Amino acid sequence: MASTTSSSLEQIIGKQEMTWVTRVLRSQTFWVIVAIICACIYLSLAAPNSFPTLKNFYNITRNFTFTAIIALGMTFVIITGGIDLSVGSTLCLSSMVLAVTMHNGASLELGIVYSLLSGLAVGLFNGIFVAYLKYPPFVVTLGMLSIARSIAMVVSANQTLFQFGPDHSRLLALGGGATFGISNPVFYTVILALVVGFVLRFTRFGRYVFAIGGNEHAATLAGLPVRGVKVAVYCVSSLAAALAGIVETGWLGAVTTNIGTGMELQVIAAAVIGGASLVGGAGTALGALVGAALLEIIRNSLGLLGINAFWQGAFIGSAILIAVAFERVQQLRSRD
Amino acid sequence: MPLGLMRLPILELNNISKHFGAIHAVNDVSLSLEPGEVVGLMGDNGAGKSTLVKMIAGNFPPTAGQIRIEGQDVHLAHPVAARRAGIEIVHQDLALCNNLTAAANVFLGREARKGVGPLSVLDYPYMYKKAGELFMELKSETRPRDLIKQMSGGQRQAVAIARTMLSKPKVVLMDEPTAAISVRQVAEVLNHIRQLRDQGVAIVLISHRMPDVFAVGDRVIVLRRGRKVADKRIKDSSPEEVTGLITGAIEQVA
Repeated sequence: MASTTSSSLEQIIGKQEMTWVTRVLRSQTFWVIVAIICACIYLSLAAPNSFPTLKNFYNITRNFTFTAIIALGMTFVIITGGIDLSVGSTLCLSSMVLAVTMHNGASLELGIVYSLLSGLAVGLFNGIFVAYLKYPPFVVTLGMLSIARSIAMVVSANQTLFQFGPDHSRLLALGGGATFGISNPVFYTVILALVVGFVLRFTRFGRYVFAIGGNEHAATLAGLPVRGVKVAVYCVSSLAAALAGIVETGWLGAVTTNIGTGMELQVIAAAVIGGASLVGGAGTALGALVGAALLEIIRNSLGLLGINAFWQGAFIGSAILIAVAFERVQQLRSRD
Repeated sequence: MPLGLMRLPILELNNISKHFGAIHAVNDVSLSLEPGEVVGLMGDNGAGKSTLVKMIAGNFPPTAGQIRIEGQDVHLAHPVAARRAGIEIVHQDLALCNNLTAAANVFLGREARKGVGPLSVLDYPYMYKKAGELFMELKSETRPRDLIKQMSGGQRQAVAIARTMLSKPKVVLMDEPTAAISVRQVAEVLNHIRQLRDQGVAIVLISHRMPDVFAVGDRVIVLRRGRKVADKRIKDSSPEEVTGLITGAIEQVA
């Protein structure tokens, strides 16, 4: 009796509705990866002298990191069913804080600390309004979109900064340098993605983020610290935006108050293309990377193929709609 | 109660009342539950069933009266306090996360982890194994790795019930567990209730469905306008009598 019970228990525990092959085939992220590979093959054939070159590879991998870093942070917010429209302005604010403090003689390390603190302050503001004052995330972060950029203008007197004090060259190396022929921001992005993937899958915090997005009422009844987790996810999103701001400042070597304008829409597009659901409850680190990569390849390829840059928005918009179509088809099927 | 069969009641309510301003939602209700007893709690809408259950579950304190668990006075100021005292609740809407697995829902808020401090990670193998054992005890075919959104109403009930079993509870409160599921699944859920009872858990079954209460209940308690109007053994009562008590056609029985 005992042996039959335990063996059948093992079987039940091991059983799953779908095998890993069907799960992969059903995942939106997988199909976006397929689309990226197909696009790369096509571009290599269509633009053999400009696309499959080391220089272009270097550019693509660097350019996609800024969107990817923020998308990794925003994935937490989106999984809880929220949204963060303020990330573009937060990037601008934290870049300005970094530039102004370093311009006035602060070391790189100190500048980074101030910059991250400004991001954290934005995240706390957003999170407290959403979690404790029950404001809709859209409204709070829309307000912050306006506030953060305005503060950045005040802080910098709306000037362009390109002198970063004693640690000027270290900052430029941080964002604009390369290691083993790969742009430095790529390393930060990969490390961040691994951390985000780990936190989402293997920590209790990650589990709570998914639970809140799945059923906030149930999460509350189960005694989860729902409000604390919500504040934390907005802080993560803002800190990711600040990190992207630091790296981008190092790469550009100059900061204007226009930096990051409209970036929130690109980031949300990347997350959604990668499989995050705006109603909450779904999203992955890999998805955020893949979504950001697809956007960059579209942007890059239009330039290389000589297509009018005005078409970029149409291609990106179509990519969003096609990617989400996979999810819609599955939902319609399962409803039957 | 015959002296030889005297057992310590696991849950006792003594003269419990709850007033919301001028509204007397629950008035002077006393009852006691023994281990392994299934008590059907019946009454029309607004009779005070939910209010009574919410006090036991720690959602709000009674205006007057005492709650005792195994003879000890308890003050259940918060749902977590009730849970620590051994009282678990299955909510009417089940309160499950559709996007998580059965095992994740069973362990929601009580995740098993391995490792130390901030480095501790979710212990997936243990949670799958333990959830599988609980489903097996319930004789449910629910599989720990399946997502809630792929499950039938009966399987979802099994997950909600398994969640209460995680902490070896003394009392399980079930709010309309058979209200929104098919006939075949009702039989499944009633079996889960019997499995739970056989482990010595006292169960309060709030239900509008007379056949369910008569199928698994040992006793039936009827509330009307906040007062207890009947507390009878199922075998000494009948659906007709209980209907009369709920509607007020029968005033009160001992």
